[in-house]
Amino acid sequence: MTNTAKSNTLHFGLLFFLAIAFLVLPEYHSGNLARIMILAIYAMGYNVLFGYTGLLSLGHALFFSAGMYGLGLTMHLNGWTPAPAFVVALLTSTIVAAIVGFLVLRTTGVAFMIVTLMFAQAGYLTILYFGTYTRGDEGFALQQATRQLIGFDLTNPSVRYYTALILFSVVLLLLAYLVRSPFGRTLVAIRENEERAKMLGYNVTAIKLQAVILSGVISGASGAAYALLFGYAGATFATVQYSILPLLWVLVGGAGTTTGAFFGVLFMTYLIDYASGQTNAYLIVVGLVLVAVTLFLPHGIVGTLRNKYAGWLP
Amino acid sequence: MILSTCGLTKAYAGVAANTDIDFDLPVGQTRAIIGPNGAGKSTFVGMVCGRIPATRGNVSFDGTDITTMAAHERIRKGMAYTFQITSVFQGLSVRENINLAARRRLGKNKLAVTRKTDEILQRLNIANRSDQLASNLSYGHQRILEIGMGLAQDPRLFILDEPTQGLAESEVDDFNQLMKSMDAETTILLIEHNMNVVMAVAEYITVLDQGMVLANGTPEEIRANTAVQEAYLGTGHG
Ligand SMILES: Nc1ncnc2c1ncn2[C@@H]1O[C@H](COP(=O)(O)OP(=O)(O)O)[C@@H](O)[C@H]1O
Ligand SMILES: [Mg+2]
Repeated sequence: MTNTAKSNTLHFGLLFFLAIAFLVLPEYHSGNLARIMILAIYAMGYNVLFGYTGLLSLGHALFFSAGMYGLGLTMHLNGWTPAPAFVVALLTSTIVAAIVGFLVLRTTGVAFMIVTLMFAQAGYLTILYFGTYTRGDEGFALQQATRQLIGFDLTNPSVRYYTALILFSVVLLLLAYLVRSPFGRTLVAIRENEERAKMLGYNVTAIKLQAVILSGVISGASGAAYALLFGYAGATFATVQYSILPLLWVLVGGAGTTTGAFFGVLFMTYLIDYASGQTNAYLIVVGLVLVAVTLFLPHGIVGTLRNKYAGWLP
Repeated sequence: MILSTCGLTKAYAGVAANTDIDFDLPVGQTRAIIGPNGAGKSTFVGMVCGRIPATRGNVSFDGTDITTMAAHERIRKGMAYTFQITSVFQGLSVRENINLAARRRLGKNKLAVTRKTDEILQRLNIANRSDQLASNLSYGHQRILEIGMGLAQDPRLFILDEPTQGLAESEVDDFNQLMKSMDAETTILLIEHNMNVVMAVAEYITVLDQGMVLANGTPEEIRANTAVQEAYLGTGHG
């Protein structure tokens, strides 16, 4: 099998497995899995910038919440239906990412991390400031009656699961295509050696901006899907915690791998789920496991598999 | 002239790295720049390709003033540059390194990119290493790979900063052959410490000393120049 064939087998195999999973898993777990797939979209968006381009952002909650509120507010306040509201979400996160990217790409390294963090904090405060509309930390629910798409009830567990799967598939296959495309290879080149990429004639600043926008819009799509499928938008999703989470997911799953984002979210979700069932001090357990993972799997789950056994892993 | 500079100057805090350099390079020439360590050779070519911003002065390439252009725009006009300190994509395969260089110019035409990459791998005798990571190559092969990335761009002006530094003798011979096999219309600007290489490949030589042009001439003229002997050849380099 060529590497392309192996990569296709992996991606379609994972999607097939997820399609079956709903039929065999108890409702509790299939509900978890729907949420995991949506958050994995967020992690994949983050991975475009962190894993492939080598830019560590601490402000992605801004893009996630731009999508979440882009959809949530247009549905909640303007009474729009999900499809056009989703388009608004994509536009909102694109514009936010373009503006933020344009400004933050003037910095590098630690300054980049701090400036992205500050922009996200400004976004969070903006949501609180417009509390009349956003209801601040408390947030607002999207009415069940409005969460209907071409005759399907998105609050129904099976519709919700398969909608999440379709969105997840689109983004996973897009990412798989991207990393093999000339554009994706250029992102990796910038990650590996920015100065060399520039001296080969690549417009590094413009390419990085495109990466921020792509990463931002995928993160925004995840935020919008989250609000739509789980019926809630709140300022918690704009806090620092939601900027750190995708970093952890991607580190655990494998930065710069297509499937690492999914396995990172899956692992962390069930780790927290299991640990919190055992003890109130579950965050300590989670912390220790994360330390162990970074010690023994420094390239994350999929990254370590790639380094040790399967160099073809995309 | 493919390249001209006028009054090109670089001042680092307190250090005059280059002072008022006027330089003309005709199309197709192989020009060596020599001079003692710290003479300002790397600074000069750095300002030519845009990697180092000039304090003042002008650079023109093929009749266009490129003084205000960003480095990547200058490269796109037909320059290629190899770093004095090897700079390849360590985590990527040899083939992917060359691909990236070829693809920037050939764009989405996959077939042309593959053909170009194969040609370069053959020409540099590294085809059998094409799937290795660049980081697993020996130092000499990494330098050769970097030269290959330059060639893959089919540059009109190829700038090489001490390409033979640290190469084994046989590799240096291969490098000389490579330089001689370049198309007649490719202009080469070569910074070189190894006088055997300079005498073997250069058609014309510019000597820099303390950030200024000390002499220009054919290899024979430079060899006979007493000022050059004092400033450079006499001081132990070469
Ligand atoms: N980034 C820098 N900051 C300060 N001084 C520098 C810098 N780069 C080079 N120099 C100084 O400029 C002079 C010329 O350096 P360089 O162009 O590297 O010389 P060469 O390549 O001929 O050995 C040297 O005195 C060097 O110390
Ligand atoms: Mg030098």
